[in-house]
Amino acid sequence: MKLTGAQAFLKCLEEHGVEVIFGYPGGALIDVYDELMKNDKIHHVLTRHEQAAVHAADAYGRVKGEVGVALVTSGPGATNAVTGIASAYLDSIPLIVFTGQVPTKLIGNDAFQEVDIVGITRPITKHNYLVKDADELVPIIREAFHLAKTGRPGPVLIDMPKDVLATRITYPELKPISMRTYKPTYEPHPGQVEKACQAMLKAKKPVIYAGGGVILSNANEELTELARRLDIPVTMTLMGLGGFPGTDPLSMGMLGMHGTYFANMAVANCDLLIAVGARFDDRVTGRIDAFAPHAEIIHIDIDPSSISKNVRVDIPIVADCKNALDAINAWFARSTEFNAKACLEKNRPWHEQIKEWKIKHPLGYVEETDIIKPQFVIQKLHELTGGDAIITTEVGQHQMWTAQFYHFNKPRQFATSGGLGVMGYGFPAAIGAQMAAPDKIVIDIAGDGSIQMNIQELATCRQEKLPVKVAILNNGYLGMVRQWQELFYNKQYSSTVMEVAPDFVKVAEAYGAVGLRATKPSEVEPVIREALKINNTVFMDFVIAREEGVYPMVPAGKATTEMLLV
Amino acid sequence: MKHTISVLLQNKPGVLSRVTGLFSGRGFNIESLSVAQTLEQDVSCLTLVTSGEDTIIEQITKQLHKLIDVIKVTDMCEHDNVEREMALIRVKAEAHTRAEVLRIVDIFRGKVIDVGPKSYVVEITGKASKLQAVIDILRPIGIQEIVRSGTIAMTRAQKS
Repeated sequence: MKLTGAQAFLKCLEEHGVEVIFGYPGGALIDVYDELMKNDKIHHVLTRHEQAAVHAADAYGRVKGEVGVALVTSGPGATNAVTGIASAYLDSIPLIVFTGQVPTKLIGNDAFQEVDIVGITRPITKHNYLVKDADELVPIIREAFHLAKTGRPGPVLIDMPKDVLATRITYPELKPISMRTYKPTYEPHPGQVEKACQAMLKAKKPVIYAGGGVILSNANEELTELARRLDIPVTMTLMGLGGFPGTDPLSMGMLGMHGTYFANMAVANCDLLIAVGARFDDRVTGRIDAFAPHAEIIHIDIDPSSISKNVRVDIPIVADCKNALDAINAWFARSTEFNAKACLEKNRPWHEQIKEWKIKHPLGYVEETDIIKPQFVIQKLHELTGGDAIITTEVGQHQMWTAQFYHFNKPRQFATSGGLGVMGYGFPAAIGAQMAAPDKIVIDIAGDGSIQMNIQELATCRQEKLPVKVAILNNGYLGMVRQWQELFYNKQYSSTVMEVAPDFVKVAEAYGAVGLRATKPSEVEPVIREALKINNTVFMDFVIAREEGVYPMVPAGKATTEMLLV
Repeated sequence: MKHTISVLLQNKPGVLSRVTGLFSGRGFNIESLSVAQTLEQDVSCLTLVTSGEDTIIEQITKQLHKLIDVIKVTDMCEHDNVEREMALIRVKAEAHTRAEVLRIVDIFRGKVIDVGPKSYVVEITGKASKLQAVIDILRPIGIQEIVRSGTIAMTRAQKS
């Protein structure tokens, strides 16, 4: 039986177990949308902006541990998707974005709603395709799923001209994928594992530095096993939060620009740094020559180009984090040289040192009785959700406070735009997260600036009847930039004062959602409790201390030991 | 230091721009570039000359490897290899210099491939340094135009 390209497209999504896609129709995609209406296996979530569709698919994939799928039309649909694609690329999120394209014959003609989206997204996708021949459509989609989720995951874009979607084809048989040029290394080199284990045996001041790779490869249990067996303190990147239990005594929280004092001090003074699925980003390392200057460095990463990119690595292990940690754990399990008691003894002075740092400068803030502190809101959210909610964020101060004060214990519990830093990520991401986990509490922690970047998604929430909660930490500023202006630009608050802002309660109500507001600390808990009870989308507008800053802070370009403290 | 890097690629549309985009996007430089089909119809060989510290070259080869359409990356500097470039030089050749130009071309084992009333087009192949030597010697006679190819390279046969 012959199928049209559009029918084959949907059949191929079904073949890959896709149940939910996020998208927005347009002229080039009418054939697909026509088929979608008849399809009862794939649920299409109509977002109100293509950027939101991609962020939602991104978070859907993160929470479910699957490949998210977005579908947008040609031209502006495709260009609107670009930010979402770039964000997924920088965070290595498995995602496929399908774009409509003008008919093959018109390509290159500056036709209506035509852009060279394959050209535009070349540097922000793991790979991308223009389907020129309808018979290639299904093999390309299969290859794209394979690429998106294997190796170092990432977004793949498939551009589908209108005529390809209308052409009748014979649906090709499913064959195992074999790509001549793409064979990621999953298994660690035993010699490197041996070297790494020997280094761990010797180390007196070890630190584990865990990144998003731990979550992507589902290696959280293996990481926890290693840290506990060898009694190694763990610090995480923004993307790594949840990869190790945040409330574990060995957890030092996040490191880097807004990391904890003790995590940064531990990294600066350690003799062995075990980097797992992390990429030595500038927000983590600060001044590069002062980053872990005394340490031997082990780096486990599936992407060889991540190794020794920013920091010289002594023991590289190119492998899937899970497999590498497994091999390391197995080594220690059978090692005769390893003695758990002696290990505890050996590390004791190091833990005491870290404890001292922790006591000297714990993570904290000055509490006040008459004005809401943003950190207090996040602590309350943590408390009232039992630390079990799925949290998404926008980008800015609220994002860093969330990373500091919502102690994530599980992987896939936190979705944030880490690498690209997209304001407007969190709300659509919450939609994706809620679609992926309908029974979970999903909260977007937002700022009053960033929530306005995709506020139209209230309509999507309502249409899908999603009980997404949004906690707006409202200080009337673009707070993170304002903080930099305060510290480094003579308090010239250029364009960071939100002189005009909507009444967020009324905005929510206008969409048929619920709006709540708290202006005093005593109102915070009742508002959260109320919001959690409501089976509807809720905006919680927390009017917070206007000039509260995020601390500690490592000024850009400084060593991570040169922190500004509260 | 200069490195000649040989890259085997899938011969598909857009692949070259993936490579050049990688270089411009990451701030690596390309001094010369040459690309054509290999023995296999669906495989191209791209040879590029770049320069940078070892860490940069390491990144370049790793990032090239990461491109899905790239089959193989070889840093020719790690191998015993032969390299060639070609130059076409239009040089003034009037009555009193015609013989002199021919003699120089002959010394460098070049060829005259087009003869005009007042000029020759000379074809020279060799290493970049040889091409430069020819250019330097012909310049006083009067070079009107030069077109140079990128470098191409091949590893030498292993001595058994």
